[in-house]
Amino acid sequence: MSIWEYANPKRFIAVSDRVVPWLSWLAAVLLVVGLGWGFFFVPRAENFEYSVKIIYVHVPSAMMAINIWVMMLVASLVWLIRRHHVSALAARAAAGVGLVMTVMALFTGAVWGQPMWGTWWAWDPRLTSFLILFLFYLGYLALWAAVEDPDAAADLTSVLCLVGSVFAVLSRYAVNFWNQGLHQGATLSLDAEENIADVYWFPLLVCLAGFVVLFLALVFVRTTTEIRLRRVAALQRREAMA
Amino acid sequence: MTGLGEYAAEILLAYVVSIALIVALVGMSWARARRAKRLLDEMEGPRE
Repeated sequence: MSIWEYANPKRFIAVSDRVVPWLSWLAAVLLVVGLGWGFFFVPRAENFEYSVKIIYVHVPSAMMAINIWVMMLVASLVWLIRRHHVSALAARAAAGVGLVMTVMALFTGAVWGQPMWGTWWAWDPRLTSFLILFLFYLGYLALWAAVEDPDAAADLTSVLCLVGSVFAVLSRYAVNFWNQGLHQGATLSLDAEENIADVYWFPLLVCLAGFVVLFLALVFVRTTTEIRLRRVAALQRREAMA
Repeated sequence: MTGLGEYAAEILLAYVVSIALIVALVGMSWARARRAKRLLDEMEGPRE
């Protein structure tokens, strides 16, 4: 079976109704275990004291904020190239989640930065690119809301998504591009020597998995909602014309 | 077990706000999904 068959709204809703309960429970378990582990059982770190516990909400939300935009980019390209409505609606559905993740990352970063750097905010490359990513999320959602014709809205938001992808990439690699600013290097690394110690790494892995599964569940639910609302709007237009 | 040290306020603030944001996001998504399903059921119901 081709993946494009899931672009059929009815098939997408059928799949969503089947997987969402499983994804929801899995996300709840992973988040309770991961955040509980990080909050209650992680020991103090040499450089960061107990503030290291904040990484269990900060790192997953920051990673999701960037990767959700990348997912929106893929969905937008599918819309622009193949004109599948479900992909455009999935991008719109994901944007709300991405916005919340960006707010969470900015907030927890500021709360962590105050005791560690002595300031809530600095015009550091990563922080600044993240703030711009936040503004792109706002603009993306505002554009969807402002344009009445859904296909025109999908076209315009897809182009905006392409442009915003530059800042998603910058947010991810800012600490590598510019070796300046307060933000430290990447928390996670494939190099075992560079990566954080296992005692901090394992609960972080559980949190990351929890955030990813939560995102999948939310995108299924919110895309299904968008499909239904579009159908409602079409029926209302038909009734008005009759 | 739980030790928050001198940064207890910051750690608690980060967790409370993050969890509140997640709960609000899930709650709003769920409520909007229910409203959309009810609306569509009401509109399509008489046709079946």
